[in-house]
Amino acid sequence: MASAPSKLYADDVSLLMVLLDTNPLFWSTSSLPFSNFLSHVLSFLNSILLLNQLNQVAVIATGYNSCDYIFDSSVSTSRGLENGRMPALCSNLLQKLEEFVVRDEQLCKEGSENGLASSLLSGYVAIMNAIFSAQRSMVPIDSCYLGSNNSAFLQQASYITGGVYLKPQQPDGLFQYLSTVFATDLHSRTFLQLPKSVGVDFRASKEDSRKDGRPLESRRKDSRKNDPNIQLASSV
Amino acid sequence: MSSGEVIKRAKYKTSVKDPGTPGVLKMTEQKFLFNPNDPSSVTKLDVEFAHIKGHKHTKEGSNKPPWLNLTHDQGGSYIFEFQSFADLHVYREFVGNALAKSGEAAKAASTAKVTSSTKVASEKSAVSFPDEQLSTAEMELRMNLLREDSELQKLHKQFVIGGVLTESEFWATRKKLLDVDNRGKLKQRVGFKSTMILDTKPMADGRTNKVTFNLTPEIKYQIFVLKPAVHQAFLNLVPSKMTEKDFWTKYFRAEYLHSTKNAITVAAEAAEDEELAIFLKEDNILAREARRKIRRVDPTLDMEADLGDDYTHLPDHGIFRDGTKEISETQHEQYMRTLSQDLNRQGAVVLEGRTVDVDLEDPRTVAEALVRSRQELDGDKTQERLDRLSRMTDIEDLREPLDHPFAPLCIKDPRDYFDAQQANALKTLDDARNKMEQTKRNLSIDEAYGSLRDSISKIKTMGLSDPIVKPEVALSVLNGLTQNISSSKFQLGKNSRESILDGLPNTTKHELMHHWMSIQELLRHFWSSYPITTTSLHTKVSRLKDAMSQTYRQLEEIKESVQSDFRHKVSLLVRPMHQALDAAFQHYDADQQKRSSKGEPLNGFV
Repeated sequence: MASAPSKLYADDVSLLMVLLDTNPLFWSTSSLPFSNFLSHVLSFLNSILLLNQLNQVAVIATGYNSCDYIFDSSVSTSRGLENGRMPALCSNLLQKLEEFVVRDEQLCKEGSENGLASSLLSGYVAIMNAIFSAQRSMVPIDSCYLGSNNSAFLQQASYITGGVYLKPQQPDGLFQYLSTVFATDLHSRTFLQLPKSVGVDFRASKEDSRKDGRPLESRRKDSRKNDPNIQLASSV
Repeated sequence: MSSGEVIKRAKYKTSVKDPGTPGVLKMTEQKFLFNPNDPSSVTKLDVEFAHIKGHKHTKEGSNKPPWLNLTHDQGGSYIFEFQSFADLHVYREFVGNALAKSGEAAKAASTAKVTSSTKVASEKSAVSFPDEQLSTAEMELRMNLLREDSELQKLHKQFVIGGVLTESEFWATRKKLLDVDNRGKLKQRVGFKSTMILDTKPMADGRTNKVTFNLTPEIKYQIFVLKPAVHQAFLNLVPSKMTEKDFWTKYFRAEYLHSTKNAITVAAEAAEDEELAIFLKEDNILAREARRKIRRVDPTLDMEADLGDDYTHLPDHGIFRDGTKEISETQHEQYMRTLSQDLNRQGAVVLEGRTVDVDLEDPRTVAEALVRSRQELDGDKTQERLDRLSRMTDIEDLREPLDHPFAPLCIKDPRDYFDAQQANALKTLDDARNKMEQTKRNLSIDEAYGSLRDSISKIKTMGLSDPIVKPEVALSVLNGLTQNISSSKFQLGKNSRESILDGLPNTTKHELMHHWMSIQELLRHFWSSYPITTTSLHTKVSRLKDAMSQTYRQLEEIKESVQSDFRHKVSLLVRPMHQALDAAFQHYDADQQKRSSKGEPLNGFV
């Protein structure tokens, strides 16, 4: 498959943005319980921060009606919440997550149902814009998909931004998947082989392909910057 | 002479040097026949005008004998020498008419060839454009485009010749292509060369004292522009008082005299020959213009003066004398011309550019056109300047290309996507439910939120599970990932950048790409025809639908006929094409249903 543009990275520092899907309808019927899922994810975040002193992690929870930051490692938090069972970052995150879910539920009760259709359409445009901006800024979007069918959206997003799309076959081993595939920093990816999806479903693609029918091959940009590498990971 | 044919004596030459075989040349509207006088000679000719692509002839005023040259479309030429120019003109007219008629006949014959022939050559000349008036230039342009781009040509052949799309529809989406080529021509006016006629050197014959000047129409035009007095004289004297040749002879004699710089000789000659005097004198018209221009100089202009301008206190008033004695008689002053005058005049004319845009062949028309333009210029000076400014700022090749911005056609309605996804999501929920074999869960939002919050508090109290992942599970995951990576590497080969297309055999690849392009084209026209408002759109859509079904079947055949190694890859590639076509078919069917249920108000009551 054609690869997306890649920057040259000087070191293996990463800034990882995690989008956590907290759609209650999905999680109430998922085979992997939400609490297990959270433990996998929290351990993963912890290990990211351990890989390199300069690594940073930020977590955004996407709920049914809203989304919000629930964790940012660059913000120095008060370390008083350590309760012996988990590191402070986890308890902070969980606290914020709970508050977020409560707010989301509140919004659900207040909002009426007719806002749904318009938000879908404008949401679609917003998502595509975000994906294209990521492509432009050369920020790879990795996807870890836990539903039953594949998500065409995320497949395309990962494909055109040069990220990894993975649908774990064994949800119990989620942490293993996360740490093997998604914890790799962008510098190391140049010499690591990551799972590639053989076929990408381009059905809903709005971009026009080139005349000869191949999907768009993005241009290679060669820019060296001193920013830490930015990496976007989302899990559904 | 009868209008149907011309018969005269002529000599046939195979080349210019050939003395020529005398004979009789007979021309009819379709062909010409030449029979030599000598019956034993073999140079008989019988050529149809369809094979002749052009004709040339020698001019009457030149020293050449009357020749007519007919060029064959295979590269040869037939040269006929006539007894007089009158004969030549008769034949020339006849040939012109015959060629025009045969040109039309050729076009008519080739349009009759429009069937489902697949020969490339016939397509280029054979396409008729019944529903639009196209200039030949545009037709040329389209044919050039088709010739250069083979993919475009294939599409054109498939759709326009196959009757699916009309020519205008095909090109309507390619306006950008047609437009860009048109702008290749520069719209700037080309001006004079700055060397102009000052470097027209005569050819001097050393033995006889003859000097030969070569005059082209361009040079004549330049002379008219440079020297208004000569221009005026030309208008007055030719052809009433003297022939053009005499005029120019006199003119060059005057030039020669000037170049000798002998003012006395010049004065003497001028006294003898009145017409020569015109050329020798100072150019009155120029002088008048110069005086006018001097008067228009702004008196408040601050002309910088420095010490060098103080000539009163320098020896000899600052004039450099080289010691030679200059005998300047005032009476001969008017016959002197200085280099600086010439240069100034030349500079002024070059900067003005060409003001006249006529065919330069006939000096008379050029002269008259110049007069007209001068009269126009004498009008409002400021307006003239503004006009000139506006003309100069419109330099097209310095402008950015006119990019017609358009939004790419959005083929699918995003709402459909979301509907599909919603259906998918619900389907997965159903599957999950069945898979887990749990008691029926209530999907109400409140309960869902409640369970979510419970999970969070559960993990808060219990902490992270220990171990996070069971070792066996971790191992199997790792093995699975490794296998996946190595197998995909095996499938795709060492070069992971290679796309699926490259792995296929060439014929399949080309077929698939061609199908992709034709599907793009069809879909573009299909979706742009909705909503259907006229019957022409309706027929267009049905035509397109038939073409699309045909392509659909062809794709399926490709899928089945390909080798088993590639079958998976091909089906992956074919799937989106099928899906796009399916979406179009669905839309078509839905629309048909709507129409039939509405009762087709166009056709009246049911």
